[in-house]
Amino acid sequence: MTTTESSSVAATRGEARRQATADSVYKPKDGLLLEVDDLFVEFHTDDGVAKAINGVSFDLYQGETLAILGESGSGKSVTAQAVMGILDMPPARITGGQVRYCGQDLLTMPDEQRRKTRGPEISMVFQDALSSLNPVFPVGWQIAEMFRQHRGMNKSDAFERAIKLMQRVQIPAAKERVKAYPHQFSGGMRQRIMIAMAIALDPAVLIADEPTTALDVTVQAQIMGLLQELQEERQMGLILITHDLGVVADVADKIAVMYAGRIVERADVYDLYRQPAHPYTKGLLESIPRLDLKGQNLAAIGGLPPNLMRIPPGCAFNPRCRYAQPLCTQDRPELREVLPSREAACHFSEEVLNG
Amino acid sequence: MGKYIVRRLLQMIPVILGATFLIYAMVFALPGDPTAGKCGERPCPPAYVAKFREEHNLNDPLLVQYGKYLGKLAQGDLGTSFYGIPVKEELAKRYVTTGKLALMAVAWETLIGIFAGVLAGIRKGKFIDNLVLVSTLLVISIPVFVIGATLQMFLGVRMGLFPVTVSSQATFYELLLPSFVLASASVAYIARLTRANMVENLRADYVRTAIAKGLTRRRAVGLHTLRNSLIPVVTYIGVDIGALLGGAIVTERIFNIQGVGGFLFRSIGARDGVAVVGTVTALVVVYLFANLLVDLLYGVLDPRISHD
Ligand SMILES: Nc1ncnc2c1ncn2[C@@H]1O[C@H](COP(=O)(O)OP(=O)(O)OP(=O)(O)O)[C@@H](O)[C@H]1O
Ligand code: SF4
Ligand SMILES: [Mg+2]
Repeated sequence: MTTTESSSVAATRGEARRQATADSVYKPKDGLLLEVDDLFVEFHTDDGVAKAINGVSFDLYQGETLAILGESGSGKSVTAQAVMGILDMPPARITGGQVRYCGQDLLTMPDEQRRKTRGPEISMVFQDALSSLNPVFPVGWQIAEMFRQHRGMNKSDAFERAIKLMQRVQIPAAKERVKAYPHQFSGGMRQRIMIAMAIALDPAVLIADEPTTALDVTVQAQIMGLLQELQEERQMGLILITHDLGVVADVADKIAVMYAGRIVERADVYDLYRQPAHPYTKGLLESIPRLDLKGQNLAAIGGLPPNLMRIPPGCAFNPRCRYAQPLCTQDRPELREVLPSREAACHFSEEVLNG
Repeated sequence: MGKYIVRRLLQMIPVILGATFLIYAMVFALPGDPTAGKCGERPCPPAYVAKFREEHNLNDPLLVQYGKYLGKLAQGDLGTSFYGIPVKEELAKRYVTTGKLALMAVAWETLIGIFAGVLAGIRKGKFIDNLVLVSTLLVISIPVFVIGATLQMFLGVRMGLFPVTVSSQATFYELLLPSFVLASASVAYIARLTRANMVENLRADYVRTAIAKGLTRRRAVGLHTLRNSLIPVVTYIGVDIGALLGGAIVTERIFNIQGVGGFLFRSIGARDGVAVVGTVTALVVVYLFANLLVDLLYGVLDPRISHD
């Protein structure tokens, strides 16, 4: 791509965003885009009720990157899907809380109004780009569909925009490949196409659910780099979901650590790395492979995440916690400020912080 | 693509040879005398029998007979039936009727089968879904003969809504009921196939993406889900066209339709070897072409399939 092309792309996008915000009925107040407030989600299945999300709250500001971290099954994707409004209901049921976008509650919004927020306001990138793209439509067509559905653009204009977006996410020979099908691209290129589709309408919030888990390590770094670049260029609020702390360390501003459907620790990336305040976070950090400790055994967290149909009383982490005391099986610790601008949900955070 | 088609066409030659030989051998092995009943109540005079056997090469050994037949076939001659009618002419006439019947049956399959399947699929577990599942099971388990005779009785004879038999013109109106009867089992099968595919694809990741893109539900289901769900359905319909063109012996008999199936049935009964082999050869060829068409269509519908 030539420089003139890239700057013209950047110019049109700045223009588009200004246009979008001018037209949009959604205006962030003091940069606050998204407020998830005491969210509860259950899954009602034949086996019983799985309490997947149990009171999750977080805020997201313009230009901010929030990483959500947690083991498999901790509720990261369900949180994201609840925010997007793409949960399968049934079996899912939102039993409490609010998801406010620019002050308006998405959960009580009429369906049609909510639909129109998906894409132009809030957008999402999924883990497996191969299965997440429709196998029978050309990639350019799938990107162009955003403009056709939301902007009522004609086919050829929409395709033009699709090519520009493919160029923006650095797909080589975008013009020639706009009519190619998903299976004709490599994993990394497919994820770029997913990203192009997600940013097509200049959303204010982008949610990326493990966007690099299915990719090689080198490609992972490139995709993370691209996401960061786009986020800075467009001042999006970015939610990065991952179970791998190493992947988001350089990119994220804030981290929320999830366990059994609750946020157990919330902090700036640097603080959290330096000094975790929750035993679970500490365990996660210790299980990251480190080059300087090559050859030593990883201190992985023993035990399994709880069955969401029978979450242990008290602190859900207590069966696996090496700091656990009798109190932990009786009283559920709430998220509290343990240091200035640091929150953790543990009765004994002070001990954890001190060593 | 071009290469693929040529290869497929070449592959047809041994299949056609093998199929015709098998049929030829079977007809040859059939017991009974082809001249029986040709001369009224009495057996035919020996002179007539000798002439008849000579004319139709019946005295030659099997391989020689078959060789002579192939020689004619190569020139596009399907031979003359024992009744003195050129098989090609007879087939051409009857194929118009059978073709009309088959196409109308396919129209039923497509319209009702897909519609019912989609409806059931998007309302899984609801009343309409159960209705479709039970009624299709019923249709599949009742023999087509019973369905045909019943509908003929009620809609044709009792209520007089449809003609009871089909004239040699085989008009659209006359074929409405027979084609529906012919299609009934396939309609049921297609409804179930469509439903199963819809249910499965509605859970697919790309449908979730479609919703996340802010597409209307109509577009996410009616375009993204349906387009993928129809791939196996269209394939099934393609194969079914081949089968339907093979003649619908039962349906044709119920409604007295002058089609290919009836001709084949009658020829077998009359020990008319030439007519049987000619008809079957034509069927095999039609079937092979229908199959080729399906495979090509499959490549068009599913970009992941490549014919290079
Ligand atoms: N469709 C569903 N039906 C039933 N239960 C579900 C469904 N989706 C999620 N759950 C429940 O919600 C829990 C949290 O799932 P979620 O997908 O949010 O985990 P995650 O943190 O994203 O994990 P991963 O790292 O594996 O993606 C699961 O353990 C499961 O019990
Ligand atoms: S509350 Fe108790 S069990 Fe839970 S993390 Fe803290 S110390 Fe461990
Ligand atoms: Mg997940």
